[in-house]
Formats: sequence, structure tokens, C-alpha cells
Amino acid sequence: MNLLLLIGAPLLTAVAVLLSRNREQVKWISLAGSVVQLAVAFVLLFAYTGERAAGNTAQMLFEQHHVLFASLNINFHFGVDGISVAMVLLTSFVLIAGVLVSWNIEKMTKEFYFLLILLALGAYGFFISLDLFILFFFLEISVIPKYLLIGIWGSGKKEYSANKLALMLMGGSALILVGMLGLYFTAGHSFDIMALSQKNIPTNVQYIIFPLLFVGFGVFTALFPLHTWVPDGHSSAPTAGSMFLAGISMKLGGYGCLRVATYLLPEGAKEYAQIIIVLSAIAILYGAFATMMQKDLKYINAYSSVSHVGFSLLGIGMLTQTAITGALMQMVSHGLMTALFFAVIGMIYDRTHTRMVNEMGGLMKVMPFITTVLFIVGLCSLGLPGLSGFVAEMTVFMGSWQRDDLFHRIATIAAAMSIVVTAVYILRAIGNTAMGPLKNAGYLQLKDAAWNEKLAAVILVAGILAIGIAPGWLNDLLRPAAEEIMNKIGGK
Amino acid sequence: MNEFLTLMKSELLVTAIIFLLLFIKIGKGIKNESLLSLVQALLLVNFIAGFFLNTTGNLFGDMFYTNPLIVFQKNILGLGVYLISLLCADWLKKSEHLPEFFMLLLSALLGMFLMISSGNLLIFYLSLELATIPVAAMANFDLNKKRSSEGAMKMILSSAFSSGILLFGISLLYGASGTISFAEIPAQLDNSPLQVLAFVFLFTAFAFKLSIVPFHLWTADVYEGSPIAVTAFLSVISKGSVAFIFMTTLYKVFQPMQEIWYNMLVMLAVATMVIGNLFALRQQNIKRFLAFSSIAQVGFILVGISSNDNMGITAVVYFILVYIFSNLAAFGVAAVISDQSGRENIDDYRGLYKTNPFLSWVLALALFSLAGIPPTAGFFGKLFLLTAGGSKASYWFITVAALNMVISLYYYLRVVRAVFMEKNEHPVENLKPGLPVKLGLIICAAGIVLIGLLSWIYDYIHSLS
Repeated sequence: MNLLLLIGAPLLTAVAVLLSRNREQVKWISLAGSVVQLAVAFVLLFAYTGERAAGNTAQMLFEQHHVLFASLNINFHFGVDGISVAMVLLTSFVLIAGVLVSWNIEKMTKEFYFLLILLALGAYGFFISLDLFILFFFLEISVIPKYLLIGIWGSGKKEYSANKLALMLMGGSALILVGMLGLYFTAGHSFDIMALSQKNIPTNVQYIIFPLLFVGFGVFTALFPLHTWVPDGHSSAPTAGSMFLAGISMKLGGYGCLRVATYLLPEGAKEYAQIIIVLSAIAILYGAFATMMQKDLKYINAYSSVSHVGFSLLGIGMLTQTAITGALMQMVSHGLMTALFFAVIGMIYDRTHTRMVNEMGGLMKVMPFITTVLFIVGLCSLGLPGLSGFVAEMTVFMGSWQRDDLFHRIATIAAAMSIVVTAVYILRAIGNTAMGPLKNAGYLQLKDAAWNEKLAAVILVAGILAIGIAPGWLNDLLRPAAEEIMNKIGGK
Repeated sequence: MNEFLTLMKSELLVTAIIFLLLFIKIGKGIKNESLLSLVQALLLVNFIAGFFLNTTGNLFGDMFYTNPLIVFQKNILGLGVYLISLLCADWLKKSEHLPEFFMLLLSALLGMFLMISSGNLLIFYLSLELATIPVAAMANFDLNKKRSSEGAMKMILSSAFSSGILLFGISLLYGASGTISFAEIPAQLDNSPLQVLAFVFLFTAFAFKLSIVPFHLWTADVYEGSPIAVTAFLSVISKGSVAFIFMTTLYKVFQPMQEIWYNMLVMLAVATMVIGNLFALRQQNIKRFLAFSSIAQVGFILVGISSNDNMGITAVVYFILVYIFSNLAAFGVAAVISDQSGRENIDDYRGLYKTNPFLSWVLALALFSLAGIPPTAGFFGKLFLLTAGGSKASYWFITVAALNMVISLYYYLRVVRAVFMEKNEHPVENLKPGLPVKLGLIICAAGIVLIGLLSWIYDYIHSLS
């Protein structure tokens, strides 16, 4: 399996989109490209599990080296473990759904799809890079597309949100950059993650670099109190933009926190773990309570994202193998779930032209398909068994419970309490949207989902069910990788 | 004789072009368009010739020194002048004094070539003057604009002042070390107070030319008043050449004093980045905006210079190469718009994307490159500067530099936002830049996209340094 396919496929798609002549061509090329990427991601999954089944126990598979800047020892070094495979798969799912739900976009279609595919390119590259410089390159590559997607195609106070997002993410990147350079010079001029993991980085240096890297990546993944770009950014972005932001971009941060900060700087991670736990527990509860106060569907999902992503960080902070596996599962699960949630909100908004919960009601009668999907995603969000959210959060709690001192117990219990709050706001929001009498007679004319919307929803629901009903395959994918990371950290 | 020809080939070629222009001017004269094409072709020849017969050697005693790295630096500057001649073709065509303009421009370029190659303080001073005075005349080229004269006046006065300081520094240094040769000075340096004073004077003169804070006050007014071609030349070519010789002087001549200049450099770099950025936030005129942004960029160059090793040399040369493409692309777009519609305010750029998608994309690429965002080359340029600076510096210095990248992103995004997102009742109409201008913009855009990914360029510079 050649990993360059994962860079090449979106790159070719983007170029083809640029060269295409009209709207129809742009759309079909994008769809074809994202189907190809989905296929590549599945091939990667099967090739990976095949190799593992055949007894290949190398930490990274399908590694590739290409010298880039020889004099600075910067190389294209790609390779995947279970985490990368899962993330790549998630990206391809969200991309294809994003392409489908944007089918009717009128304004600057070509630019829109080009930027969307560029975002996916950045994510794929990020998840398979094993060289910090290249990883950082791919992380940053997505800043322009995000900014333009929100600023041009967004709604509400879009310019403010776009600016806030770009600047906060850039600020996070600045911290990552400093931490990265610190690692580079401490470890003898190398950006290579695998090489760095073999080096003994002095403990006092780890204490300096770890917060830089963790907070830097933390900004991307809405680490409290640096989460403020999330509600504004998500609610102003166009549907596909929100799907990408919440579904994938926030996962870039979580992946970086784990793969770069925690894995390379285990002593730093142990030192600051309690702070991470406190911050993520606050994010979980604060996000949940803040969601209760929201009336706009997009804000509801944005704040609940802050809460849900908190579980990922909590799992990382707990530093047990099960908790980290759960954190990773939560990343995948939340990626699918939140993308679907935003997609559904987009579909509703396209029809009703409002996202205010109190202006809707009884939509079940006019658009049964859309509201059914809304129910599925809502139940997934509140952790109903059988859907992916339950599996992921349960694993995080189980992992957290293994830490049996008072501090960790309190944090775990506090985080678990949020589920009750989640149930309150989710059920209220969905109930008010879908049930009850129709608030507006004009809504009777509305049509249910079109083929593209149905397809997008089916793809994402399939992903959620695949994790929810049979979580074994995802667990098998993630657990060995989490074990590798825990071996480095030392501990349970 | 043969050595003379090969070592000085860039200087000789430029001199030949100047003389050719002089004869054309004296003679009947030819039409502006054909003259412009001729000069562009000759500049291209000069640029290409720079890649052949590169050797190391001294001439005239040790007055003139060259090696492949220096030739490469000259090529970068030559490329920049070629791009300016393309980008500003529409404006130049209309000028009554085209031959004079190029004579002045090329004289300044000649001065820069000699300056980069200078091997002692005397020739350094002479060539610095040659590189400055013609530019002051060029700044006055919009003959019927008051601001242009004002800018030229400010420039000539501040240049004269900095030259005075430089001369004073040179004389003190000569008094304290007994030599003016770059090769012999280091052995004589013992950090005596007189030498430190002399060094501070020299440093100040450089700071004036590079518009390092707090010696930057002339920059914005001169940039705003001058025609855009001249502003572009000042901010890119002139800055680049001084940065090259500044680096050489610090590394080669003042190496024994490195503890002193390292601290100065760090303080000035921080001040330059922060103040350049903060002032850029509030600018309305695109030229003033680019002026302050270029001040901030110089701050980043200082970060790279502070490393004091090969990595620093490579990073600075590489960054200036990238910077030439990025900044000239921005100036090129500004030139087209200012030339054809007379608008120079950022607010006038609102809604530009609707009417001029090509110009908008080039401008956006250029600004993202200046801000240091991938996949543009500016990302690599900035990152290598910080990497170089990081080899010596403390975490706080690199953190300040990295956070300054965030501030700079804010104001670059302001322009991008105006172009792509904001609405305008009367946007700039659809402009039709001439073929050379388009070619120039395409070259710049291609450079911005490709230089970062063509990694051998960096390794090539590294092998030279």
C-alpha cells in the first residue's frame, strides 16, 4: 500500500476541479474524487488489518522516506498505525458526506469544492506524517481553506468568526512551532517522530516543551479555556465547513496532543496530567451546561462538541491504555456524529431558513427522513447503547475508573454527570424540532431529503452503526497503537 | 584580464546596459515599448548569465571579493529587478523619462552588486552611496506629485544622515584597528570601548538602511510618496542587498564581537517585529501598509541573522529569495490597480474578487506567503528563519517571533477579507494588465507556490554558504 495515494488522490481531485469548466463538472469530479478517496481509505484499512493478521508487529506500517530538505534533516516520512488508519477513514467519510450535502451550493462552486478538498488533503497528510515539520505543514495548510470557507460562504457574523478562528488556530500553531523547534534542537536536529521517541529528552526540557505542544494542539481541539473559536466558527461556517471543522479539524488537535505531545514527552505528560484532567472535566461540564442555554441548533451542536471533545482530552489525561483507546474512539465517533449532526442541521436550515429551535416544531410530519436522522444522531450524542457515542464514552469511563485515587475518581464522576445534562438538552432540542404541532403553516410545503442528502446521511449513519453495534474492529485497530504509546509512557 | 571578466561579469553586464541606455538617450531615441522590451530582455540575459562561470576570487587587491554565494545573491537581486521591470511595465511605458529611470535603477543595482562584493570599508561606503542616491532620484519620479518630492526629500536627508554616521563609524574603526580591509579587521578587534563605539555607529547605519526600529521613521513616508515601482525596489531589492552585506559584515568582520551584537540583534529584532506589526495594523494606504509589513519582515530576517552560522546564512538568503517573489507579487497587483484606477486604499480593494479574480488570487497568495502560511514558500522561509534563530536563542525569543506571525496574519487577512468577502458599491472595474505584467505576476505566483516544494533550492543555497 503506497501511502502517497492518500496525498495524490485529493491533490489530483483538486487540480481537476480547478480545470473543470462548469458547475456540473465541478460537482461530479469532486464526488468521484471523494469516492476514490473513500476507496483508498478502505484499501488502507484492509491492507493494514491484513498485515497485522499476517503477524507484522512493526509499530508503523507502509513507511516511506523521501528526503526533502537534506541539510536540515527534514524528510517526507510517512507511516500508519491503527490510529492513523482510523483517522484517515473518518476523514474520507466526512469528505464524501460534505461533498454531497453541498450539492446545491450556487456561489463560487468551483472555489468551494477546491477549498473543501484542500482541507481533506491537509487532514490526510497530517494523519500519516511521521515527521514533525511535515505534520506541521499539513496542519497549517488547512488555515486558508477554513478561513475562506467561513468568510465567503458562511452566515451570520462570518467575518468575525473567520478571523477569530484563523488567529486562534494560528496562535496555537505558533506554540506548536516553538515546541517543535525546542524538540529539534534538544534531540540533535531531527524532526522525525520515530527517531525522537527513541531519544531521552531531559525531564526539565520536557516540562517546558510539553505545555507548549499540548496547549498548541489543544487550541485546535477546544481545550478549555481556548475553546472560544469553536461556537463562533462552527455556527458561522457553511454546512460542509462545520462538518469538517468539528468532524476533522478538532481531531487534528486531539491526534497531535496524543501522538506528538504525550508520546514524545511522557514525563511532561505525567507532570501536567492533573491539569489536563481538570481542564477537560471543566470543558465537559461547562460545554454541557452552556448547550442547555442555546436556542440555535448550530450553537447547540457547537457547544456540545466542546463537551464531547473534552472526553477525548480526559482520556488522554488519564494515561491508562483503556482510557486512551476510549479517547481515540471518541475522536472517531464524535467526528462521524458531529458531521452528521451539522449535515442534518444544514438540511433543516436549507428548508426552514431558521435554526432557532423555538421557531420549529412538528417537522417529523413534513420531513420524516431528516428528522429520523436527527433522532439517530441525537441519541448517539447522548450515548444510547448500540450507537458509537456509547461505546466511546463507556471506554473512556472504564479507563478512567482504573485510576483509583480520589482525584481521578472525582474527575471521572464529574465527567459522567454530564451525560445527564446531555440527555436534557438533546432531547429538548430534538423534541421541540421534530415533535409537537407545526409552528409555521408554510412548512407544510417543504420537501424531504433529496438523493444527495439521503446518501450523505446514510454513509455517516452506517459509520455510526458500524462502531456502535460491532465496536470490536475499531478496538482492535486502536488498542495496539494505544498500547505502544502507553509502553513509552510507562504505567498501567 | 580573463579573471577580471569572469569575476565581475554581473557588474560589467549591468554597466554595459547603462551605457547602452545612455547612447540611446543621446541618439534619436526609440519608442518606449521597444526600449522597455529591450531592457527586459537584457535584464533576463544578465540574470541567466549569473548562473555561469561562478568562481571565487579577489580583485584590485582585496577591494572586490566574490564567491558563488555572492553571485547567487546578485542573481536574486537581478531577478528582482527583472520582475519589477515586468510588473511595472504599464506604468513605465507611459513615462517620458524611461531611459533615465532605468539608468538610475541599474546604477543603484550596480551599487548593490559592488556593495555585496566589497572587501573593504572604502569600497563598501562608495558602493552604498551608489546604491542609495539614484534611488532618491527615482523616488521623485512622479514629477507632478508633491508627495513624491516630499518622499524623495525625506529619503535623501535620512540617507545623508545615515551615511554621515557610517563614515564616522568607519573613521573610528580605522583609528581603532588601523586597517580598512574586512579581512584584517577581525584580528585587530579587542572589544575596546572605541571599537565598540565604532561598531555601534556602523550598526546604526545598517539599521537605517534596513529600517530597523527605531531607525525606521523615514520608511513609510518615502514608500507612500514614491511611485510603486520605486517602492517595490526599495522594499525588496534594497532591503535584500543591505541584509546580505549586513550579515556578511557581522559574521566575517565583527565575529570577535559577536556577544555584543547578538544581544543588540535580539533586542532590535523584537522591537522591529512588534512595532512594524502594530503600525501595520492601522494603515489604510496599501503602500504604507506594505511598508510597515516590510519592516516587520526585516525583524524576522534579524531573527535568522542572530543564529551566526551557516544555517542563518542559508535561511536569510532563502527567505529573501522567497520574499522577492511574495512582496513583488503584492506590489505588482497594487501597481496595476493604482496605475489603472488610481486607487491605493485598502477599502478600495473591497469586492475586488468579483471583478478581478486573477489579481485577487495573486494578491491572496502573496499575502499568505508574507504571513507564512503553507503551502506557500513564505511558510518555509519564515520557518527556516525561526529554526536558524532557534539554534542559539532562548524560548522566549522564538515565542515572541512566532506570536508576531499571528499578529501579522491579522492584518494580512484584513486585505484578504476586503478582497474576497466584503461588498462594495463601486468596486475596482475589471482591469486589463498588459502582457508583461501578467507574465510577471504569473512568475511571482509560480515562485510562491513552487519554491517551497522544490527543496533542492534550499539545499543548493546551503551548499554555497
